[in-house]
Amino acid sequence: MTHEPTTHEPKTHDEPTAHEPTAHEPTTAPAEVTAFPTARHTGCPFDPPAELAALREESPLRRMRYPDGHHGWLATGHAAVRAIMADPRFSARYELLHLPMPGFEEVEIPPAAPGDFTGMDAPGHTRYRRLLTGRFTVRRMRLLTERVEELTAEHLDAMAAQGPGLDLVEAYAHPVPAQMICELLGVPYADRKQFTGHVATLFDQRADIEAKGAAYGAVESYVKGLVAAKRAEPTDDLLSDLTGTDLTDEELAGVGSLLLGAGLDTTANMIALGAFALLSHPEQLAALRAEPGLAGPAVEELLRYLTVADPAVRTALEDVEVDGRLIRAGDTVTLSFQAANRDPARFPGPDRLDLRRAATGHVAFGHGAHQCLGQQLARVEMQIALPALLRRFPTLRLAVEPSEVPLREQNNIYGVRSLPVTWDQT
Amino acid sequence: MEIGVDRERCAGAGMCALTAPEVFDQDEEDGRVRLLTARPVDGQRAAARLAAGVCPAAAITLGD
Ligand code: HEM
Ligand code: SF4
Repeated sequence: MTHEPTTHEPKTHDEPTAHEPTAHEPTTAPAEVTAFPTARHTGCPFDPPAELAALREESPLRRMRYPDGHHGWLATGHAAVRAIMADPRFSARYELLHLPMPGFEEVEIPPAAPGDFTGMDAPGHTRYRRLLTGRFTVRRMRLLTERVEELTAEHLDAMAAQGPGLDLVEAYAHPVPAQMICELLGVPYADRKQFTGHVATLFDQRADIEAKGAAYGAVESYVKGLVAAKRAEPTDDLLSDLTGTDLTDEELAGVGSLLLGAGLDTTANMIALGAFALLSHPEQLAALRAEPGLAGPAVEELLRYLTVADPAVRTALEDVEVDGRLIRAGDTVTLSFQAANRDPARFPGPDRLDLRRAATGHVAFGHGAHQCLGQQLARVEMQIALPALLRRFPTLRLAVEPSEVPLREQNNIYGVRSLPVTWDQT
Repeated sequence: MEIGVDRERCAGAGMCALTAPEVFDQDEEDGRVRLLTARPVDGQRAAARLAAGVCPAAAITLGD
């Protein structure tokens, strides 16, 4: 990457070079960042792209040239990421965003479909959240503990019956949370072939905008059919309950699609990548196996250390000063949760997996009004699924070299594509 | 220490109820914060302070 002053817009006072260098900033102008870094070092499956750490060290909030030419920002420091995510002057509306990944330079992003509230601001966003947060409270999710335990036990039994040498993603990490979100929403798990592939396309950064549009359409039309069925014949589940609110069928289909999409593969990737990380840190794994009380803190630390959902994108609705820098109305900011969660200013020795550390305060579920709606469900699932797996198979280990585990690169949700494991049969 | 909560700001994410269950709860209907006690006792204060720090919506305030 070269610095080319001739192609720059005129310098404004918020350019890093235009004010006195601080301890954080180098005295020479940093090379321009022209896309969100995604390339990880080979052999380092758990660490964020090294370039992100270098950029954070240089400046936790800096300018970034977007692939479409937009002169926006990149936030990598924990404090800056939290401040911007919590600030309602930054909008989540899709149509205002510039995307930090190449491939979308020519497209105009349409506004959020009815019900797809993750791309909305208050008060529209608030209306949906208030209808839903009561369903995802800490207490309600804990009531699901027994069902999660049953599901994990069933799948562990099936694994034992199948015998050593299998893919942990397919046998365990994917089906447990997928079945859970389906039951919660009232989506027949047997229908999964009608939506799993399309949901995967929504998160795949290699899919173009047409493919994503078609995938969203397919998920939405599937859910729409389901909503009609629930209206005609309500069952005991979230979608049926929501037919009793003032949401239209279109809005319900949007909400259902968002929840199905957000819940299907997120926890799955945390369970699989979490198992991989534990198998690669035997002393940490032994601690978790020995101390059932460690499950809660261990899950928070794994969330911090692995941060599978990254980044978020927001656009300033007015001029806002953050960290002494002026972000102007219309500027897009890309916020990296994985960089923030490895910020040494917030987490000492951030690159060390330490299940005993106080990882609370991480931003793996985001921050602010859009902070993950499903986080309490995800916590319950991970706190049960990971220890249960380790207890059931005391000799669990990778069946391939760590470097041979296929990773989910170029995906909005990081993780492993498969995790070949084995164990000693007793 | 006196705690205040702003239910208009609350995002219902439940970090408070998770972090300091003796001080905060969530409404059964809309998931928004419910204050169980505005004046936490000795053993509850550290958790209440932590909850205020992690609340994603800055909906919890701490007074003297
Ligand atoms: C470990 C698993 C999970 C991780 C790491 C995760 C991560 C995230 C993150 C980072 C955001 C914020 C995005 C942003 O602000 O732009 C988010 C939002 C969201 N998540 Fe999750 N999530 C997980 C599991 C789930 C589950 C199981 C559900 C199922 C209900 C879910 C539903 C949602 C929804 C609906 C939103 C949008 C909230 C809004 O915009 O108000 N998530 N999640
Ligand atoms: S942590 Fe904050 S936003 Fe979440 S429920 Fe409690 S008060 Fe509301």
